[in-house]
Amino acid sequence: MTATDLPPGCGDQEITKAVILIGGPQKGTRFRPLSLDVPKPLFPVAGVPLIQHLIEACVQVPSVKEILILGYFASDEITPFIGEIRPLYPTVRIRYLQEYTRLDTAGGIYHFRDQIKAGNPSSFIIINGDVGGDFPLQEMLEFQSNLKASGKTPLLTILATEATRQQSVNYGCIVENKETHAVTHYVEKPETFVSATINCGVYVCSLDIFPIISKIYATRQQLFYEGKIEENGETWESIALERDIIMPLTAEGNLYVYHSNRMWSQVKTAGSAIYANRQYLAMYRRRQPDRLAGCNKGKGDTTPRILGDVYIHPSAQVHPSCLIGPNVSIGKNVTIGPGVRIRESIVLGDTVIQDHTLIRYTIVGWNSYIGKWSRVEGTPCDPNPNKPFAKMENVPLFHEDGKLNPSITILGCHVRVPSEVVVLNSIVLPYKELSRSFSNEIIL
Amino acid sequence: MMKSEESSIIGNMKALILVGGYGTRLRPLTLFRPKPLVEFANKPILEHQLDALVDAGVRQVVLAVSYRAEEMEQELKTYAERKGVKLIFSHETEPLGTAGPLALARKYLESDSEPFFVLNSDIICDFPFKDMVAFHKNHGGEGTIAVTKVEEPSKYGVVIYDEKGKVESFMEKPQEFVSNKINAGLYILNSKVLDRIELRPTSIEKEIFPVMASSQQLYAYELKGYWMDIGQPKDFLTGMCLYLQSEGQNSETKLKFRAGAGIVGNVLVDESVKIGSNCRIGPNVTIGKDVVIEDGVCIKRCTVLSGSKIGSHSWLDSCIVGWKCKIGQWVRMENVTVLGEDVIVDDEVYINGGKVLPHKAISSSVSVPQIIM
Repeated sequence: MTATDLPPGCGDQEITKAVILIGGPQKGTRFRPLSLDVPKPLFPVAGVPLIQHLIEACVQVPSVKEILILGYFASDEITPFIGEIRPLYPTVRIRYLQEYTRLDTAGGIYHFRDQIKAGNPSSFIIINGDVGGDFPLQEMLEFQSNLKASGKTPLLTILATEATRQQSVNYGCIVENKETHAVTHYVEKPETFVSATINCGVYVCSLDIFPIISKIYATRQQLFYEGKIEENGETWESIALERDIIMPLTAEGNLYVYHSNRMWSQVKTAGSAIYANRQYLAMYRRRQPDRLAGCNKGKGDTTPRILGDVYIHPSAQVHPSCLIGPNVSIGKNVTIGPGVRIRESIVLGDTVIQDHTLIRYTIVGWNSYIGKWSRVEGTPCDPNPNKPFAKMENVPLFHEDGKLNPSITILGCHVRVPSEVVVLNSIVLPYKELSRSFSNEIIL
Repeated sequence: MMKSEESSIIGNMKALILVGGYGTRLRPLTLFRPKPLVEFANKPILEHQLDALVDAGVRQVVLAVSYRAEEMEQELKTYAERKGVKLIFSHETEPLGTAGPLALARKYLESDSEPFFVLNSDIICDFPFKDMVAFHKNHGGEGTIAVTKVEEPSKYGVVIYDEKGKVESFMEKPQEFVSNKINAGLYILNSKVLDRIELRPTSIEKEIFPVMASSQQLYAYELKGYWMDIGQPKDFLTGMCLYLQSEGQNSETKLKFRAGAGIVGNVLVDESVKIGSNCRIGPNVTIGKDVVIEDGVCIKRCTVLSGSKIGSHSWLDSCIVGWKCKIGQWVRMENVTVLGEDVIVDDEVYINGGKVLPHKAISSSVSVPQIIM
């Protein structure tokens, strides 16, 4: 399956659209306290907001001419960012379309169907905003085109990856016909093991999906006005792609699976940001090494010592005696004093870190201050490296006995950590001034 | 002139130091080294007592030992020669308690009729021996026991005495407050007291002193300065602070305190020590021979024993670092962490109240106080 095998009749003008579903403020609460300061899609990992990584994945696909970002965040929370990045991607039109309420995955697409259909794209890409990774979008498009060329009528191609038996039940599980890759069974978060093939939340979708959603929409509307469905905090117009489309349609045989074992991860909890940060930095190493620190040798004594993959914003001041890395991102206007050691962490913009301090497995929020000789440390919850296909464990905040589970440490914005203290496995809410050491606590 | 005055008070007085047992309370420092040889403020604990005795004019000291006598004899040989003091090792083959060793060493102690000193080996204070002797000769009783005021008397043996100092009774670890004056572990006894002690395991506090008190032969001498039983790590560090503070205020101190950039408060550093740039050392730190401290290190309230190395940007508070330890970079140790000899602590490790046995390598953090075997 290569680009040269495009089926006849597709023409030179073929265009694709991309839809990124970012949800709204009620989503992403597990990302607190970081999502208190900024909408989760704008949270930077590897120096770039989460959503921008997804935009960049779409821009890589030559046929993508327009990216539509769907969500119910207030427009002024998202559009200034879109305005900022638009000049970086001149070949693609990027727009934010605000849902008036929470419409869920398919509901949102249906609501803005005219925007998606405009320009007559052959198909469109859907990406859930809470995943990160190295998506084979071009390959998926080709896979779907090839199916069409061979006389099939693919409605949806689902990007899938392998999980462990144990972890698979936390995802959408797919059973397929191994030869045709057609989906034969789909279940969302089953109680018992169904399949280790899981849904990555990335799709290539045919425009034929709209009549199907339309039918569901009409049925739900009728049921609602007959009083047969209740709105439990969500509107009857809320339609989920997985529950309402994929699950009922497996019998039709026109849903397909495209497998990838490239990097992929959910980014639901703040803890997973550290993991996603590492994954994206590793992707820079393969694709855009110029984004990584230490690649512009020749600056002499003015650059700190770097270990592994590190992103440092050009405006950040990092003392040459520091040791940074691996897997660290340092944001805009950050100042880091002599002898500081940082590993496996994200330091957000305008933060000051004083001399001799150590930071590990921590997210330091915007405008924070950390004194001298302090230690800010979390516990990684990385996937088990000894288990193939293991994913990040999204452990609950609290253990069964009511104790906080050890996790990465998160400092909200404007947090002040004094000199010579230790902050271990703790979550500190914004604007807090600590006056002593803390371990395993949430500090309100 | 001072000399002759001293010797006129002390005369031919001898001393016995209860060096005693295994020093288990100060482990892991005392696993492979006798406690009296562990350095306190860059000098073996025992030498603090010996120096004070020698300065007061004592020329013969009996060391009542039950363990590692040979090692101590070897180590103290040159000391004895240098100071012109005779050290007699009285080796008990079975534990004899706190009084039994006096009976065992009787022949040395009663060679003349002079009173003699008895010292518990874990005590650190100003050792006002001359003043104590004057007090002893003045009251005329058989024994003098030094007492000191403490905040929490329930951990110690409390001494009850009248306004002249005559001891009325003893209360071992009283549950209810009776007095804040406790037995400080320094005594002067007339040789007659030896008649009261048999050669068997005997406690001087429980079996000898109460009898002496009831026959009105025991007097309490109140220590004026600081006092500490440094037999366990927490108290060792508290004692170090008290000692440095006291010496720091003493205009006649023999200690050479370090001063200069990056030094805060009373800091005792051996001349051989190398300290890097941008460090902050002190207050209340002692650093032993040949220690190397790299750049950007912060040390407060710690004893670092000889031959150790502290890696750059590390932070240490309230720790005892044993001999020849290697502490990595960006290490944090606090809360009475004690490292035995030759412990290696890897870069970026955090140790909170860890007691680490000798020759151990620590590669991951210990965030809750515990013993690391």
